[in-house]
Amino acid sequence: MTLTLTNIAKTFPGGTQALLPTDLEIARGEIVSLLGPSGCGKSTLLRIVAGLEAPDPGAQIRFDGEDVTRQPVEQRRIGMVFQSYALFPNMSVRGNIGYGLKMQKLTKAEVDVRVEEVIALCRLEPYAERPITALSGGQRQRVALARAIAPRPRVLLLDEPLSALDAALRGELRDELAMLLRRFGTTAIFVTHDQNEAMAIADRVAVMNQGQVVQIGTPEALYRKPATGFVARFVGDAMRLQGRVEADQLHLDGGSLPLVGAAEGHATYARAEDIRLNAEGPVAARVETVTFLGTHYRIALSGAAPGPLFALHSGLSAPQPGETVRLSIAPEAILILPEDEVV
Amino acid sequence: MKTPTKLIALIVTLLACAFLLIPIIQSVQAGLTVNYFRGLSSGLTLKWVGEVWELYSGSIFLSIRLALACLAVTLILGVPAAYALARNPGRASRVLEEFTSLPLAIPGLALALALLQLYGTYQGFRTNWSFILVGHVLYTLPFMVRSVLSVLATIDLRSLEEGAASLGARPARRFVDIVVPNALPGILAGALTVVTLSIGEFNLTWMLHTPYLKTLPVGLADSYASMRLEVASAYTLVFFVMIVPLLMAMQWASARAQRNMQ
Repeated sequence: MTLTLTNIAKTFPGGTQALLPTDLEIARGEIVSLLGPSGCGKSTLLRIVAGLEAPDPGAQIRFDGEDVTRQPVEQRRIGMVFQSYALFPNMSVRGNIGYGLKMQKLTKAEVDVRVEEVIALCRLEPYAERPITALSGGQRQRVALARAIAPRPRVLLLDEPLSALDAALRGELRDELAMLLRRFGTTAIFVTHDQNEAMAIADRVAVMNQGQVVQIGTPEALYRKPATGFVARFVGDAMRLQGRVEADQLHLDGGSLPLVGAAEGHATYARAEDIRLNAEGPVAARVETVTFLGTHYRIALSGAAPGPLFALHSGLSAPQPGETVRLSIAPEAILILPEDEVV
Repeated sequence: MKTPTKLIALIVTLLACAFLLIPIIQSVQAGLTVNYFRGLSSGLTLKWVGEVWELYSGSIFLSIRLALACLAVTLILGVPAAYALARNPGRASRVLEEFTSLPLAIPGLALALALLQLYGTYQGFRTNWSFILVGHVLYTLPFMVRSVLSVLATIDLRSLEEGAASLGARPARRFVDIVVPNALPGILAGALTVVTLSIGEFNLTWMLHTPYLKTLPVGLADSYASMRLEVASAYTLVFFVMIVPLLMAMQWASARAQRNMQ
């Protein structure tokens, strides 16, 4: 299903603008992630699409051309996975998964067949008869997904579906979720504050900040060509290289770096993986801490720029804290972006 | 094992139990002996119980009917009220909640007087059992509302309802499928409290009753005032038999509700 959002805004009583007018088009079968810090309006946008919040007047939500803006949530035929899962404690796993199908007035036999299908797809066979209270967090997450997908919704909406899980499980379920969503083939919107989740799961990522979509694109596009400093910082943890830009040179406290193209009046950023320790490098810095991460070392550096810089260093040994090292950054790896209005 | 402090604790406990239990045992015994003043040597009999049944079976049935009607009304009014209060937390809800509890703070006699002043002149109503029912509902409704509300407060009702709505359930369906089943421990505990209170209510009922409308406790007062002691004691026995299972069920239900909250 194609999802078309036009002029969606939300002002809460009291005047807080949670969401500035936003347009978004999502293609059939596409998985789009809304990524941003808490309070950026991403959940509000999702809840408006679901029909759980009403947008400000003038908004239009279309599912395959059909205007659903004024339809209540129960008529929109959406599937939703909540952050808290919102599973019904008075029903078993099977009862939860079958609930949406029962609402569609299918016969009991049809409901049973469809529930069985979804249970198999989500690998929930061993838990089908269990009460919800007897499940672990990861199992509940899968039941919530199965329940949302069973009625074959027009669009699947996921509101931070992994954030209630502990870190190890989150990584594991992230990959599983990405696989399942591809298998369902349903158009999906996925809200998260975790860039890794967004990158792993979504076809396109809409980065949101302060109530608006700042940039939307594929994970690669966002990473390689961020539109603003905020996107660069949020996707791929770019670090500000605070210095003086002169012609095609960036003068930092520890030395000067060549740039590609003029950058006057712009801010410069680099990512840890692009900062190289290099004996002939043009910039001097002092090693503060060294963290061994298995495949590489993460080195905190001071003195090169006003803020701390981090470099990822692979190799068999690393410099010691207190040592002075030299670094280089390839000119094309330095991101030249407009100055943020608010940093 | 038997340290002096433990021994003292045991003695105190036994004394307290005896203080509570001996009058009950004596009363039951009085209701079953041929002549209380001659004691057990006069022999045991069910004659007094039979006499109570003959004289007061109307009261017993009236009390049961009242209690069940009162339960029905408090369920119909109380469960949706508790739901509305739980779904709309805020100042206004707190004030309303306090208002529903107000009848508890006012003595039953005053409540009954107010009802009599307001409705006493409507003859058909004044002499109908539904007049007493109104008093009972006023007095028991807060217990139902509070009991259901306390259970609803422990669950994320909004999310559950949003979940059901996203799956296509309309508001009425959500209430039946999600709200009621999850509030059930509170509804059950509230229901038992309402029935027990309604059967045992005296203050208010005594003011509202007519000679043709005597409930169980009013009949009990009547029998103590005008019958021989054995009959009144047998009446107490009947009362016990009715109320004790209810009390036990209430304990069980509230224990279950507590378990559910964990």
